[in-house]
Amino acid sequence: MLDTPGTGALIAIPAWNESGSVGSVIAKVMTVVPDAAIVVINDGSTDNTEAVARAAGATTLSLPFNVGVGGAMRTAFLYARREGFTSLVQVDADAQHDPEEIPNLLGALDTADVVVGTRFHQDSTYRVRGPRRWAMSLLSWSLSKMAGKEISDTTSGFRAAGPRAIDLFADAYPAEYLGDTVGSLTIAIREGLSISEVPVTMHYRRIGRPSKSALWSTLYLGRASLALLVQLLKRNRHSLREPVS
Amino acid sequence: MTATVLAIVTSVITLIFIIDLLRRGVLKEKYAVLWLGVAGTALILAVFPGLLNWITSTIGVEVPANLLFFVTIVVLVLVSVQLSYELSRHEAQIRRLAEEVALQEEEIRRIRRALDPE
Repeated sequence: MLDTPGTGALIAIPAWNESGSVGSVIAKVMTVVPDAAIVVINDGSTDNTEAVARAAGATTLSLPFNVGVGGAMRTAFLYARREGFTSLVQVDADAQHDPEEIPNLLGALDTADVVVGTRFHQDSTYRVRGPRRWAMSLLSWSLSKMAGKEISDTTSGFRAAGPRAIDLFADAYPAEYLGDTVGSLTIAIREGLSISEVPVTMHYRRIGRPSKSALWSTLYLGRASLALLVQLLKRNRHSLREPVS
Repeated sequence: MTATVLAIVTSVITLIFIIDLLRRGVLKEKYAVLWLGVAGTALILAVFPGLLNWITSTIGVEVPANLLFFVTIVVLVLVSVQLSYELSRHEAQIRRLAEEVALQEEEIRRIRRALDPE
């Protein structure tokens, strides 16, 4: 689509075996933001996610094996920086994020480096319970303290990044599980980037599997706390800085 | 006496095994040096058991075997930590390469399209 190195927005869609939904997500994004370039980061899918994404008109970056959302997003940030995009919006391939809300995220980039789509707001029907809720509150409290302003939803994957954030994340986007959402925010705050939130609505495919999710949620709490702790202890932010050519 | 023989035989076999791995180029020097050191020390202690007794009494440990086990465990733990470190570094490097492969592939595709627009 955009062969001329870009000005403008890049919509990055990390996808792992999402051939069923990625096509419709791309189509929807195209109608909402027709000027934006779309890149699907195919994270080692074993189905035809890549073919579907290309048929739908997106550029694809195919990782040779699964590296997780964090690694996929860093690839997207590297691509954005090399191609000169000035903003990047992360949208999930499973259709839980509503592309209609992309312009809101992009608009908020005028006054912030990182914009997070928050699921916690007045009109939201999004509810979490138990350990998962405690984990999210703990993360929200800690990051709000660090940032000096309220960040209600630290694990939302629906986000936008401006030029300064793209430059930072291309080098330092964390790859560990949960490190990607929480870790990228701590890194951004530490580097002095500004963060703001925009209310969003999520569309969940599967709703409620209470018996299984109790254990899962507890694990989530542990891993989230660990991810935060690791990020707070980290000293060198640029573990593998891209060589300047 | 049989314990001494057993210790000598074991450390000699270990030494030969590591030298062979090194000779065949399977083991990198930096790891080989470590294990050669371990096997070498074991051989010296096996040949001169008095040495262990002397060290033990010098630092005030009562049972020589305890000192041996303690040192062995410390060395093995340090080696494991070092291996975890190397593994983490390699994972990061491999991931970085995977990202680069994805970006280069797209670049090649684009160049091809530009050269042969069909």
